[in-house]
Amino acid sequence: MDLTVEATKIGEVIEASTGKFTAQCYQLNQAPPLGSLVKVGSMPSEIFAVVYNIENHSLELGRRPIARGESEETEEGIFRANPQLSKLLCTDFNALVLGHRQADDIAHWLPPKPAYIHNFVYTCSSDEVRDFTQSLHFLSLLVAANLPTPVEEITAACLRYSSQAHDDPHAFLVKAGKELATLLSGDLKRLNSILKKL
Amino acid sequence: MEEEKNLGVVVSGSLNKGLEVKLDAATSVEDISVGSYVTIEGGKRRFFGMITDISLEATDNQIIHSPPDISNPLIAEVIAGTATYGKLHILPTLTIGGGATEILEGPQPVKSLPGHFSPVRRASPRDIELVFGKEDEKQFWVGTPLDMETKICLNLAEFVKRSNGVFGKSGTGKTFLTRLLLIGILQKRQAVSLVFDMHNEYGWEGGSEKGYKVKGLKQLFPSQVAIFSLDEEGSKRRRVSTDFIVRIGYDEIEPEDIQLLCQTLNLTDASVQAAYQLAHEFGDRQWLETTLSIKDKEETKELLSRLNIHESTYRNLRRGLEMLRRLPFLVPKSPDNPVQRILEYLDRGINVILEFGRYEDFTAYILVANLLTRRIHAQYRERKERALGEDTTPPRPLVITIEEAHRFLNPQLSNQTIFGIIAREMRKYNVTLLTVDQRPSGIDAEVMSQLGTKITCLLDNEQDIDSVLSGASGKSELKTVLSRLETKQQALVFGHAVPMPVPIKVREYGTDYRQFGQVDLSAVVSEAQQSQEAEDLWAD
Repeated sequence: MDLTVEATKIGEVIEASTGKFTAQCYQLNQAPPLGSLVKVGSMPSEIFAVVYNIENHSLELGRRPIARGESEETEEGIFRANPQLSKLLCTDFNALVLGHRQADDIAHWLPPKPAYIHNFVYTCSSDEVRDFTQSLHFLSLLVAANLPTPVEEITAACLRYSSQAHDDPHAFLVKAGKELATLLSGDLKRLNSILKKL
Repeated sequence: MEEEKNLGVVVSGSLNKGLEVKLDAATSVEDISVGSYVTIEGGKRRFFGMITDISLEATDNQIIHSPPDISNPLIAEVIAGTATYGKLHILPTLTIGGGATEILEGPQPVKSLPGHFSPVRRASPRDIELVFGKEDEKQFWVGTPLDMETKICLNLAEFVKRSNGVFGKSGTGKTFLTRLLLIGILQKRQAVSLVFDMHNEYGWEGGSEKGYKVKGLKQLFPSQVAIFSLDEEGSKRRRVSTDFIVRIGYDEIEPEDIQLLCQTLNLTDASVQAAYQLAHEFGDRQWLETTLSIKDKEETKELLSRLNIHESTYRNLRRGLEMLRRLPFLVPKSPDNPVQRILEYLDRGINVILEFGRYEDFTAYILVANLLTRRIHAQYRERKERALGEDTTPPRPLVITIEEAHRFLNPQLSNQTIFGIIAREMRKYNVTLLTVDQRPSGIDAEVMSQLGTKITCLLDNEQDIDSVLSGASGKSELKTVLSRLETKQQALVFGHAVPMPVPIKVREYGTDYRQFGQVDLSAVVSEAQQSQEAEDLWAD
């Protein structure tokens, strides 16, 4: 999914801690892309986070979905034949908190309070992405995070995604790369693996 | 004025060993050259220094073992200046501005260091001007920094106060540089020059390696330069207008002169001693003529037995003296007194260039240069002492230029020749030397240490470099700079006449003489002559 001009409401927080939260999307399979920025809450206290994991699963944890499309021509046909499915399946995503809005400024450190359950989650508009990534201090939170998905993947995805919001995406990537080179000066393997994916 | 952009920041260093500067990512290490000037913006004052070394560094040694894939332009761009970066080694030399002393007295030698992460910029032309001064009645423009178009000036008033040296391998532009310095001394009127011009390059015209001819001093400043020649015919052939033909009488030659020539004439120590004995016997003024006139065998035998000189010793001496006799400018009786004539010219503020014409061998050069200088120095000494006693004006400072200086100033001879004495006693008697040499390691270390300002073109012999740089602060750094000079038109200047060691691109000479024409000649030359000279210069 590309950047949008307007922020769009996509789901709600269903689990939250200071550094991470999980949100459920209103639409099945409509999670924001990996590495994209989302925000929680409304002005003046917004929390910004990066999507690091997306899961599609059954609403009831004990009930596994079963294969249904043997006689169907298309995948859409399955849903047409079983309209209840879209209510029994759901899409969740996990996001890593990278900063928050303090008064009018963006702070690249953790918010004093975590997101509330049922806080609405929005995708960020391209202006917001540009404002948030104007300073690259958020990278230190990102590269230091301990996540189930490889951090290098998330970092590279986040930078690729954010670069589209800038007038000169290449210059942004170089600037970010240099910031990473400083952060990872002792770990050139990680640096290399991120840079190769940019 | 446009502010020069930052090169990097100071990261470590010491006063002794110089500063380490981490290069900013935006500056390519390839744009930096050794010998460039930088200013460092400290908290309280500005520091002025020179880049003496450049190195490539990495934050993690891992990168050296497994280099990143720089075929990816993004990776290449990111890595440059972060994981890998350039480092400059800077020798801080002066502080400018800031403290009260600096404001009152200009740049001061550095005694402290800028703090961590002080920004480093390329020196702006204004900084250079602040440090090296503007061209004025004392400051002479000798060249430009290696990577800038600003003028670097030599303080000639300080320059002529001490003996100085111009060094460099053969073909590196020593002669052009010396000619330039002589013009400076002449223009700024800080001293008069006496040049022993072995290869006839300074007086009328010289040749460049590219084959074109360049004007000598006489052509540029006819009223302020006199050409003396040892070789009348040669001068005529070269169509040089000479002012005086030098003839030297036998009576002028003393045994000391013979002693100096013992190497070139291949004389033994015993023969030199014999010369002294003969001088004692026949008198200082007659001995040579008398000795040379003895032909009779009996007479010789009787003389030798009386003086207790061995016959082979005598033969050795006699052979040497015969070689002297073959020099056409040596005559039994000189029609004029060359020393007196040189002094007359010098007293009038006219620079004297003594051309050796075809007598380019060392025998003639050492003999004449030493003989004339000894007498001139004696005269200066007498006058200076009289001036001190009677409180009158001392004689005009004199700079004597000698080439192949190691022939006069080598450790064996420097104690005996007058040049050794002049180099040592500095300007006590208002006489200093400008030594031009290609083999500075051949010059006595004691003499080298007394030279005020040294200007050296490229040298590549280790001993020569060591000898030139001995005693200079930041010697090892200067060594890097010196060995990186180009073979032509570049020189390192350090010592008394410049506030800090400075590598320069020597000013152009030989294409446009007009730049040398704007000189205030009113002190000695009439207006008519002046306009004539100006016309001559502009006509080219």
